[in-house]
Amino acid sequence: MKKTYKIEVDCANCANKMEDATKKTEGVAGCTVNFMTQKMIVEFAEGADEKAVMKQVLKNCKKVEDDCEIYL
Amino acid sequence: MTKKQKKVLIRIIIAAVLMVALRIAYHFLGGGDAPIIKEPFWFILYMIPYGIIGYDILKKAFKGILNRQVFDENFLMAVATIGAIAVALVQKNGDYTEAIAVMLFYQVGELFQSIAVGKSRRNISELMDIRPDYANIEVDGKLEQADPDEVEIGTTIVVQPGEKVPIDGLIIEGTSSLNTVALTGESVPRDVFAGDEIISGSINMTGVLKVRTTKAFGESTVSKILELVENASSRKSKSEEFIAKFARIYTPAVCYSALALAILPPLFQVIFLHASATVWPTWIYRALTFLVISCPCALVISIPLSFFAGIGGAGKEGILIKGSNYLETLSKVQTVVFDKTGTLTKGVFEVSGVHHNVVENEKLLEYAALAECASSHPISKSLQAAYGKEIDRNRVTDIEEVSGEGILATVDGVRVIIGNDKLMHREQIRHINCHSIGTILHVALDGQYAGHVVISDVEKENSEKAIAELKKSGVKKTVMLTGDAKAVAESVASKLGVDEVRSELLPSDKVSEVERLLDENKGGKLAFVGDGINDAPVLTRADIGIAMGAMGSDAAIEAADVVLMDDDPLKISKAIKISRKCLRIVYENITFALVIKFACLILGALGFANMWLAIFADVGVMVIAILNAIRALRVKNL
Repeated sequence: MKKTYKIEVDCANCANKMEDATKKTEGVAGCTVNFMTQKMIVEFAEGADEKAVMKQVLKNCKKVEDDCEIYL
Repeated sequence: MTKKQKKVLIRIIIAAVLMVALRIAYHFLGGGDAPIIKEPFWFILYMIPYGIIGYDILKKAFKGILNRQVFDENFLMAVATIGAIAVALVQKNGDYTEAIAVMLFYQVGELFQSIAVGKSRRNISELMDIRPDYANIEVDGKLEQADPDEVEIGTTIVVQPGEKVPIDGLIIEGTSSLNTVALTGESVPRDVFAGDEIISGSINMTGVLKVRTTKAFGESTVSKILELVENASSRKSKSEEFIAKFARIYTPAVCYSALALAILPPLFQVIFLHASATVWPTWIYRALTFLVISCPCALVISIPLSFFAGIGGAGKEGILIKGSNYLETLSKVQTVVFDKTGTLTKGVFEVSGVHHNVVENEKLLEYAALAECASSHPISKSLQAAYGKEIDRNRVTDIEEVSGEGILATVDGVRVIIGNDKLMHREQIRHINCHSIGTILHVALDGQYAGHVVISDVEKENSEKAIAELKKSGVKKTVMLTGDAKAVAESVASKLGVDEVRSELLPSDKVSEVERLLDENKGGKLAFVGDGINDAPVLTRADIGIAMGAMGSDAAIEAADVVLMDDDPLKISKAIKISRKCLRIVYENITFALVIKFACLILGALGFANMWLAIFADVGVMVIAILNAIRALRVKNL
């Protein structure tokens, strides 16, 4: 299942880092961060609890880029 | 400017003024052998502008270290500037300006980037400003505004002049002109009448329209287009992926080189050349310039920005490109394969010639149209369209249709026989064969041969020009595929200047034909252009599928990679030109940024580059690359 989230991030490299961090999160099958439209498309692994996964995603993203926001 | 940006701008101005003022003051009061004001007073004063301009970066760098994310640009800037201050302290030259300037320019660059990106983002969303906010529903004689999402299929909505059509539907009352420029790039308004289908996203210009909706908002053209455009830049191109990978290696690599540069050469000098320990600060300074250059910002921002601008510019022209990757493929197209009907030709039959014998052209057409008035065949429709006047069915009696051959009828007391060769043979009427290509309808009046009408699918006005433009833009081969008869296909092909033609193909033959062409043409990419209605398998099989005239056709929007909103085949070469321009900008930026950065790295290592040059290599290159990237948005005159 795919879901799109609105994000806020200031630099393009940070967006790339967020993408990497999200991809490495458990329960995420794939992710694309679109810096230009400030959107994040997350593909969840089968049977994953998206709310819990997104919480972890946000935590991991904050680790790589403190100044980012994901609107859940 | 947003609040955040304004705040940064104010900080930049204050820090810059303070820095310049301190520099002047130092020149008069702190320099020379007998300074009036001594250290550490200067150091403390200089730390004020440094703190103003750099506090957030230092904070972020510190947090980064806590989170074990060392190689980000905040860390680089923090280390470089703190290092420069340390070197200045050790060398006792009081030159703290460099550290502040590096921070200052870095912030200027970031601010510029954020403004430029925000501006092009707004630019593009304005282009795509087709999202309707409400739909008018008539309740008890009064208009009420409703959320388009909540309007059910079959509801009657009212669209007033100046409003956007919110949902696809059928006009049940009213006439008006529609402005479809946001959808198709076509600026000539389209006249619509009751019974016409209208498409959401177009703007009603003159009259009030009552529309019965035929789709839900989410399925309407406008939603499909917005979804497509918004997701387009999420499909990343190879260049973008290359840059993302490159940035991941580049920054750490430069950091380690900087570390090596700070330790190894001076160590070598001290141990083997017995140099004094004073060589250290020089090498540390060189290492610090390395760090300033190491930020990959210019590349990382300008490449996606170029693609975003290119896709946006194309959208303005009515060319929807589904992703950066497709833009990249499109620029490499060398073979263009066309479907004939609906793509190069109008796909509707038209009377293209009337060759009379005993009666006048108009009269012949009148008899033909009247005799065919009961038939629903496309041919009789085209006859009626060519006749152009109201048809009075009372004038026609004794209609007899011979399937696959034609019609016999009595019109105004005259026995009309109209049909193909077979019918003429059977009725034993001597007829003249026509040299024209198309469907020939022979007409006999009271047993006498009166002439024939030629009906054919006509080429679009721009088809010939479109093929010529494609050739001019460097496409090597154009191929036309069609299910039509050989004679028809070849005449169209030679008229338009298409290189190769394959006729009498079944839909499955088209797929194998495209596969054969794909095998033949290994180097370049192959584009298939179809009208998207029955070409879905071929559209998916080609390297890049282009669907045209797609307004309102969901199937086409689904299957194709590039969607041309109107029927104009000239847009194909335009799309290719846009993609080439965009890719050229991408390569310019990659080359430019890399060459300047590596040149500055080498100069820095050899000691020829100071921090000022380093800051140009970082911020200057980024600013230039961004300005270049924005050029991709301008595609009007391509």
